[in-house]
Amino acid sequence: MTPLLEFQNVTKVYSRGLLSRHSTTALSGLSLKLEAEQPTIVTVAGESGSGKTTLAMLLLGFIEPTEGRILYRGQDISRLAGEDRLTFRREVQAVFQDPFAVFNPFYPVDHLLSVPINRFKLAKSRAEARTKMEAALSAVGLQPGEILGRFPHQLSGGQRQRINVARALLLRPRLLVADEPVSMVDASLRANILETLRNLQTQYGVSIIYITHDLTTAYHITKSIVVLYRGAVMEVGDVDAVIKQPQHPYTQLLIDSIPWPDVNRHWGETEIKAKETDFSDHRAGCKFYARCPFAMDKCRTPPPLFQIGDFQAAACYLYDKNPVIESEHLSELLPI
Amino acid sequence: MNPVLHVSDLQVSYYTDAGRARALDGVSLSLAAGEKLGLVGESGSGKSTMALAMMRMIKPPGRIEGGKVIVEDTDLMSLSEGDMLDARLSKISYIPQGAMNSLNPVTRIGAQMTDAIRAHDPRARPADIKRRCLEALGSVDLRSEVFRMYAHELSGGMKQRVCIAIGILLNPKVLICDEPTSALDVVTQRQVMETIDRVQDQIGAAVILIGHDMGLMAQFVDKVAVMYAGRLMELSTVREMFTDPKHPYAQALISSLPNLDNKGVFQGIPGLAPSLLRLPGGCPFHPRCPQVMEICKTEVPKFQFLPNSNRLAACHLYSSAERPRS
Repeated sequence: MTPLLEFQNVTKVYSRGLLSRHSTTALSGLSLKLEAEQPTIVTVAGESGSGKTTLAMLLLGFIEPTEGRILYRGQDISRLAGEDRLTFRREVQAVFQDPFAVFNPFYPVDHLLSVPINRFKLAKSRAEARTKMEAALSAVGLQPGEILGRFPHQLSGGQRQRINVARALLLRPRLLVADEPVSMVDASLRANILETLRNLQTQYGVSIIYITHDLTTAYHITKSIVVLYRGAVMEVGDVDAVIKQPQHPYTQLLIDSIPWPDVNRHWGETEIKAKETDFSDHRAGCKFYARCPFAMDKCRTPPPLFQIGDFQAAACYLYDKNPVIESEHLSELLPI
Repeated sequence: MNPVLHVSDLQVSYYTDAGRARALDGVSLSLAAGEKLGLVGESGSGKSTMALAMMRMIKPPGRIEGGKVIVEDTDLMSLSEGDMLDARLSKISYIPQGAMNSLNPVTRIGAQMTDAIRAHDPRARPADIKRRCLEALGSVDLRSEVFRMYAHELSGGMKQRVCIAIGILLNPKVLICDEPTSALDVVTQRQVMETIDRVQDQIGAAVILIGHDMGLMAQFVDKVAVMYAGRLMELSTVREMFTDPKHPYAQALISSLPNLDNKGVFQGIPGLAPSLLRLPGGCPFHPRCPQVMEICKTEVPKFQFLPNSNRLAACHLYSSAERPRS
């Protein structure tokens, strides 16, 4: 069976100018597979600079990988042309972080919905287009009568973000890339948007790649998680296991820093001091080496993934007694 | 304990073409030295207006229409413009939302810090000024080289900590932080909050933390004030607020929070925050309130102490005198 999406050992390096010696590895050797049969939600989590957004850009075909290939239904997305490219553009949709920036303030919000309808010739008449727009808005829990014909500044951030989801839904996508969709929305509206996203998966069979630094929302919406740090996979697996029993020192730090809305649970209980990422460190080996309290000599060579449970693995030599998982098999650790 | 900050009946309106928006409608609270208060609410509930009003930085078409802001024994509202300039940073200090983008990109960090001290103490000796700047940088955990650096050479968290350093340069009595970490990652966020916590201990100021992240509040503050449509709805200690919220809006806010125990349960607050231009009559929350009564639609509930406690709430459910006649 051809998977819906496949990352084959994808690396992306940004070099700084022609003569500069420095280059930044935004993503190193990521392999990931999403099956076409079972729609799922996978979270990609990490701090800024971890390569989350690079992953989204690669997946949407905005940038090309330095090494490796990205296959969408068996076809390399950088080689798509003509009809296939159009299909890819329709079937892979995105919701971005900023619900304010994607709207053109001079047009009513209908514009955002009618452009894709015209572009992909989804409707034969104006009336049909209108029906489709209304259906998509209702599907994300908005009242079409309150939304259509209004200008972006008349709507709240939560409403705008849901219109973005509605736009994606209109095209009947197979895959949705949600890059921090709730980080700029009020806490009280986040729940609504997350619920909308989850409905997309359960009712419309859309697979979702949920990119975030917010592990609380990730925990609630997904089954599986990939934790990145400076472009490298630190820990993968079942979201319950990874969040409740994080194994990699980095994941432990990340989870310990979540401000849980619970007065009985204090942050900062691990010994790792909260400190910012130092990007000037370009040594090979484990990317977390400089900050890790358990750093050993062998950490100077990049650690492979060591299996910890059925659905959990960490790239850390602390677990080198455990069996090694080849990075091509990473997807097998992700429950659906 | 004597409160170091006392705000009483603060009123702010914005006059727009569409009418008068009451952004703050009679807000009162007080805070002791060393206390941390969290001010939470949805966007548009008046949190930032509250901060700006306390700093007397409301710009037209907004206007402060009444009330007092007393820091120690001085009512900031009665000061002249010149005296208010002096009071900012030395009595009350404000770290605005996205403060890290407010650093001047073309002057060194040190020059911006020096400016702040000079403005308050024109005769300070250069060597003294530099020593005080370096101390401030040290207290937010930044190396002294930062003094000679430009904003673009620093990361987001470092810039935010520079802003905190500037905020505490003159040992203010009250420090207002408006969403200090909303653009930062969790790890950096923890580092910044730990910094604020530590400098507060050093200078013994009262801190007001504005934000909508209830998780951050649970980890950081002593007391939480919930705002809605320019009014305070409830004021309780952080433990009471999270374990036993009283006001229906506070209850909805708390139950909408993601937690480790309620996986996959999403409970948003139904309805939308009202427009300040067209506030509903009576309690502003009544159209969204699950426990709405007849009285809520006509009478504004008073913000008062709950029976036998030192918690405050504005809700007819708890105002026994105003119970609906059955």
